[in-house]
Amino acid sequence: MSEAVLSSGAEAPGTKGVADDFSRDKQVFGVPWGKAMMWIFLLSDTFIFSCFLVSYMSVRISSTDPWPIPSEVFALTLFGTSIPLVLIAIMTFILITSSGTMAMAVNMGYRKDRNKTFWLMVATAVLGASFVGMQAFEWTKLISEGVRPWGNPFGAAQFGSSFFMITGFHGMHVSAGVIYLLVVAFRVKNGFYEKRGGNYEIVEITGLYWHFVDLVWVFIFAFFYLW
Amino acid sequence: MAEEGQQHPLSVYFWIWGLLFVVSFFSYMVDYLQFQGALRWTLILIFMFVKAGFIVAIFMHMKWERLALKLAILGPPVAILVLIWLMSYEGLYIEDTRVEYYGESTMEPQTPAHH
Repeated sequence: MSEAVLSSGAEAPGTKGVADDFSRDKQVFGVPWGKAMMWIFLLSDTFIFSCFLVSYMSVRISSTDPWPIPSEVFALTLFGTSIPLVLIAIMTFILITSSGTMAMAVNMGYRKDRNKTFWLMVATAVLGASFVGMQAFEWTKLISEGVRPWGNPFGAAQFGSSFFMITGFHGMHVSAGVIYLLVVAFRVKNGFYEKRGGNYEIVEITGLYWHFVDLVWVFIFAFFYLW
Repeated sequence: MAEEGQQHPLSVYFWIWGLLFVVSFFSYMVDYLQFQGALRWTLILIFMFVKAGFIVAIFMHMKWERLALKLAILGPPVAILVLIWLMSYEGLYIEDTRVEYYGESTMEPQTPAHH
């Protein structure tokens, strides 16, 4: 792919630029195809997660049984006191931290600092894996308390199905992201991209996926845990 | 632009990283301090959109992309608002129908016992 095609001619700003980008005989978006495709994939994933959250909203509205209070359901007893939502708060901070290390990795990638990029990506993957571990703990705890997809002792039966579907699908994304991160990290380390012209755009593309996972968690945290 | 990729000073990321921590702490406080009603929902939504905005704009570099890409990616999700609007009406209607045909729920909310 020739880079000249990507940035042919002057790039006009604003709506004139939009018309130019779509009408001129060139790739529409002034970004590498991999990045454009990742964005389009994330757009489709946005709709999938929206469908989960909107169906959660409609079952919560339509249920006549009281909805279990997340603040109490997800409380943990630490050192003899019950702290509301504490594990979820820790998970939120872990995911934000991992987004930070990922942003650093992207930056180091463009500076072609392969060693730092590798370690920052590994740190991101480790944080992601610990997030999944805590989620497994949360699931185990809820299952042992009798929460099932078809019912639970605390209130509306739809609570369990919403919880397992939404957090399960998100956790699956995190797990896939950890694998994706590790694959790219080791390729950065062993010089795979050096043989391909030393282009570290892939780190940014991986970063887009990872930040999206964090982004989805922001919405799940607000709508499922806090609401 | 495309050749160099997205390069920005590290300080930008550190700032946003710090802000995300602070805003997350605030949204946790909404629950911890047991704010209820309209205040709770407003604060949850404000903090949620602030965090989502920072992640998309800065961490995902959307702020620095061409308008064509911004519109193509951020435009379509607006359609979700229509789905939310339709499904909330549908949900309320189903609830009314259930109450009318099956009566009010007699279930008492249970507080889970933690071990």
